[in-house]
Amino acid sequence: MRWRLIFWPVLLLVLLGLELSLRGVVGAYWYNILALAGIDIILAVSLNLINGFTGQFSIGHAGFYAVGAYSCAAFNVYAGPAVRGTIAFLPAIAQNAILLIAGLGVAALVAGLAGLAVGIPSLRLRGDYLAIVTLGFGEIIRVMILNIDSVGGARGFTGIPRLSNFFWIYLFVAITIVTIYNLVNSSYGRAFMSIRDDEIAAEAMGVDTTRFKVMSFVISSMFAGIAGGLFAHYTAYLHPNTFQFVTSFQVIIMIVIGGLGSIEGAVLGAILVRVGLEAFRGFGDFRLVNFAILLVLVMIFRPQGLLGSWTLFRGRRKATA
Amino acid sequence: METFLQQLINGISQGSAYALIALGYTMLYGVLRLINFAHSDVYMVGAFVGFVVANNPVVQSVFGSSILAAILVMLAAMVVCACLGMLIERFAYRPGRSPVRFVLAFWLGILGAGVGFMIRPVPAAALAGALGGVAIGVVAERFGVRPETRRSSLLKLLIIAIGVSLFLEYSGQLVFGADPKFFPQVIPGRPIAVGGLTIDSQRLVVLGVAIALMVLLTLLVHYTKTGKAMRAVSFNLDAARLMGINTDRIIAFTFALGSALAGAGGVLVSLMYPRIDPLMGVMPGLKAFVAAVLGGIGSISGAMVGGLIIGLAEVMAVGYGQSTYRDAIAFVILVLILLVKPTGVMGKGMVEKV
Repeated sequence: MRWRLIFWPVLLLVLLGLELSLRGVVGAYWYNILALAGIDIILAVSLNLINGFTGQFSIGHAGFYAVGAYSCAAFNVYAGPAVRGTIAFLPAIAQNAILLIAGLGVAALVAGLAGLAVGIPSLRLRGDYLAIVTLGFGEIIRVMILNIDSVGGARGFTGIPRLSNFFWIYLFVAITIVTIYNLVNSSYGRAFMSIRDDEIAAEAMGVDTTRFKVMSFVISSMFAGIAGGLFAHYTAYLHPNTFQFVTSFQVIIMIVIGGLGSIEGAVLGAILVRVGLEAFRGFGDFRLVNFAILLVLVMIFRPQGLLGSWTLFRGRRKATA
Repeated sequence: METFLQQLINGISQGSAYALIALGYTMLYGVLRLINFAHSDVYMVGAFVGFVVANNPVVQSVFGSSILAAILVMLAAMVVCACLGMLIERFAYRPGRSPVRFVLAFWLGILGAGVGFMIRPVPAAALAGALGGVAIGVVAERFGVRPETRRSSLLKLLIIAIGVSLFLEYSGQLVFGADPKFFPQVIPGRPIAVGGLTIDSQRLVVLGVAIALMVLLTLLVHYTKTGKAMRAVSFNLDAARLMGINTDRIIAFTFALGSALAGAGGVLVSLMYPRIDPLMGVMPGLKAFVAAVLGGIGSISGAMVGGLIIGLAEVMAVGYGQSTYRDAIAFVILVLILLVKPTGVMGKGMVEKV
């Protein structure tokens, strides 16, 4: 498997090249759209783990996205200068990288804990009830953030250092996709999918359904947190209104349009929604009406999404024992 | 104590408005197991229909600011919303269950009207675009483009609901603009002193109308044949169909009924809080849904109780200082109740079968 050895170095070089050249080639506007599309990809692929692979129905993803964004930003605003002081001997670019990665670690940790705190009680519920409770938790998180003054509250959180860019976002896109891909092709992934396909049968076969449900919830929240951290350090400004439940809906629309339970589908859906909406900006408000109609039509005529559960790479088969 | 009583009255009238919207959610969930996210936007449409009718110069010159004008506004909103509800059911939700003709033609017609209007902003262009869209839709149907009815899932219906909701919101922004409008005072607000309390006459009207509508609904559901059929469909759709009930018609009727109540709710709430805009339905809709879940979704009396609980809790929270947490209170109550009693206050438990 030689390509495994060269995959990451090649990816790094390509991303570095894109980071340096992309703004010149497509302009600052499309650079921005593509970077935001990357954040959407992370959100969509991570939510797909819960909704597509584990078959649970979460519509509160924006909450964990918000937790990650705010904790990462707060870490770098309040603890960042001290950390920077201790690593001052390094060049500025390395300092930024360390701060960003540390912040993302904090974001993943805090969002994962939030996922655990929300997941353990709510995953006892099923279907619609689970959906509405996750939505409720998402809104509760947002209102709580709105009332924390040290992160700006309703004014919004300003003064966040601008640490992330196209390179970092797509590096984490790759990390997310590879992690989730390997996860769903492992024995854990089979446990997730068995819960999706038939929870009672899975339980009967000895799958600890509660544990795996909570696990997929926590992992998904961690990646949502990372997406939040990248977003915070990309836009350098956060406002609680960015994280309303409409944001969760948008992520769900992405994975459903692309094809639930397909990583490629989630990626495609994220790009289609973000880039598609921007490409038709000239159409004014009509484009949003048209988007809504197209969404309804896709669901009526092709409910399995554009890709269905089609996948580009077949999972590695385990050697038979 | 007086403040408390005052808040109690405010909370009850707020809660009765939530209950009206929650009734629609709960009835639709009862018959279709569907969270109709578009319901909150039907409520918004109700408010805007009221706005248009009340500001109509003909209506104003004939009825002035009398009780008749108020009734007319109310009826117009209810009728338009009932029709809208049936259209949504016919062209968005039913294609997921059973084959429906002209679905593509319907949506492409709207799409075409938009495109036509954009190319040249005159009505004729919109009409031409709409006809073109309908033609394409009909032709495509001739060649076998049919709705996929085999895969019916919770998620699919939910996404369709979100799509319809977005469609109504964005269309509202397109037609009325995104800036807030002022709802005319069809019923003048007059403070009435009762004991030591002052009650706004508008709030009394809201409360009275809401209660009257709820009583009517209860009578309809429990003492008419259609109501019996509705209960049968919500108890077991397939068995109801086997017993000779035209389930599609009952579902359409339920949509009309729920949407009419939402339209009435839209007018009533706009009387109390006259600022209306195309996104006004989002938060009240969500809270009304929470109220429905809280009371036990599918249960009509549960929706009323849930609406009152949410309305009271919110008004109390605002009245006693914590107004910034206002939007979270409904959800905190929801989470607490669902964790203790997952089927809601008045809901019936469902046995899980293999």
